[in-house]
Amino acid sequence: MIEIKELYKSFGKQQVLKGVSLVINEGEVTAVIGRSGGGKSVLLKHIVGLLKPDSGSIFIKGQDITKLKGIKLDEIRADIGVVFQGGALFDSMTVYDNVAFPLAEKTKLNKKGIYERVIKALSDVGLQGMEYKYPAELSGGMRKRVALARALIAHPKIILFDEPTTGLDPILVRSIHKLIRDTQKQYGFTGLIISHEIPEIFEISDRVAMLHNGKIVEAGTPEEIQKSNNIVVKNFIMGIENGGSDEERTS
Amino acid sequence: MISFIKFIGRYSIELFVFLGKMFIFLVDSIYYIFIPPFKFRNFLRQVRFFGNKSMIVVIFTGAFSGMVLALQGYYALNKFGAEALLGPVVALSLIRELGPVLCALMVTGRAGSAVTAEIGIMRITEQIDALTVMAVNPMKYVVVPNILAGIVAFPLLTAVFDVVGIYGGYLVSVHALGLSEGTYFSQMELYVDMEDIRIGLYKSLSFGLLVTWICTFMGYTSGYGARGVSRATTNAVVLSSVVILLWDYMLGAFLL
Repeated sequence: MIEIKELYKSFGKQQVLKGVSLVINEGEVTAVIGRSGGGKSVLLKHIVGLLKPDSGSIFIKGQDITKLKGIKLDEIRADIGVVFQGGALFDSMTVYDNVAFPLAEKTKLNKKGIYERVIKALSDVGLQGMEYKYPAELSGGMRKRVALARALIAHPKIILFDEPTTGLDPILVRSIHKLIRDTQKQYGFTGLIISHEIPEIFEISDRVAMLHNGKIVEAGTPEEIQKSNNIVVKNFIMGIENGGSDEERTS
Repeated sequence: MISFIKFIGRYSIELFVFLGKMFIFLVDSIYYIFIPPFKFRNFLRQVRFFGNKSMIVVIFTGAFSGMVLALQGYYALNKFGAEALLGPVVALSLIRELGPVLCALMVTGRAGSAVTAEIGIMRITEQIDALTVMAVNPMKYVVVPNILAGIVAFPLLTAVFDVVGIYGGYLVSVHALGLSEGTYFSQMELYVDMEDIRIGLYKSLSFGLLVTWICTFMGYTSGYGARGVSRATTNAVVLSSVVILLWDYMLGAFLL
């Protein structure tokens, strides 16, 4: 459903993406793993059109979104939900207004319809009774759940998660992962998770791709990745600093 | 010598890029004013925000400006035996000049800085990106309501400033300096024309546009981290204040 072809992106003299190619299958959860600062979030921002690549293309529903602008790009975005790293909740709004926002802005649902959907979405993420709190009054884990509820509310076909569990304790990591897996089963969305939660991420992904030095060095099922002979992948999974040149590491 | 020319060249290019970005930002904002859906609630909320944030400081500054004008005006006019003209001096100074300028400076410091900081924080916490990916245009949702609110709120606040200032001047003139109440107001009525009020209104309206344009632009393009937002806020207040004074002179020279 999402096909990324030879994506290149530089910021000034720093080349972040050096020819990323990846296919994200429909109805599956694909995890992109890799070290911090490796360009994972930059890749995600390209998929949703927040950044334009220097070259390369991203096909969603057969359309190259790197070439789209304005209303045409918004039409594609209407099918995509994003859970940002910090949640990106609107801090001047309550939890209810945050979750209701995509419906209030983009649909013609009446107040009652919106209310029912919001309550259902909040209950799906285990946050009943929190509707009238402000994001600042919530814990980090709760904020991530609200962000997930907001991303789910419009039933998008694709959801992109930018490090949804960073900074959370292991119990919350598991609970957020379970939530992602359960909601994915329930709604059947195509998921892309940017993460470095090893080994937990393998439990909820159908496919895993490793981004290293601006390139996808290995992609496969969680089992294949865990048994990979690629030294970069092995070292990353075991938490060992890489040595030697990039060529040696990626060979 | 070559490095100096390089420095000037680089500085000039950066300046033109900055001004170009600002101009495009303004054109975009004006374009989105006319594109539905209209965010009327956001606009009203921002008018309230400007009024709520600035009213007390505007009343306070207005009162003391009027009082000090009366005090100093009386001293100067007394030398020519023209104290009777104190009312028109206070009113004309306030309506044509001090009201719009001081009010704009005060609102910039109070509400303009808050607008920059709020948009800057929305930028660094990815709230602007979140709007974009939800297919909600952030220019339309965040910037346009602020600019429209500025155009409406600045003249209203200036009107409050002028009225309070005139009454401040009245208190000092009549109750402290012994001028007759009738003289103060009748002379004012005689010398202040509708044209003077219109000039003050135009000024405050243009200040409203300028200040909200600069403050929203600075917030929208704010750098990362707390330092980025604090720098954007400082720049917004400094640039707005300088532009208010510059534009006031240019407009004064043009409208006189």
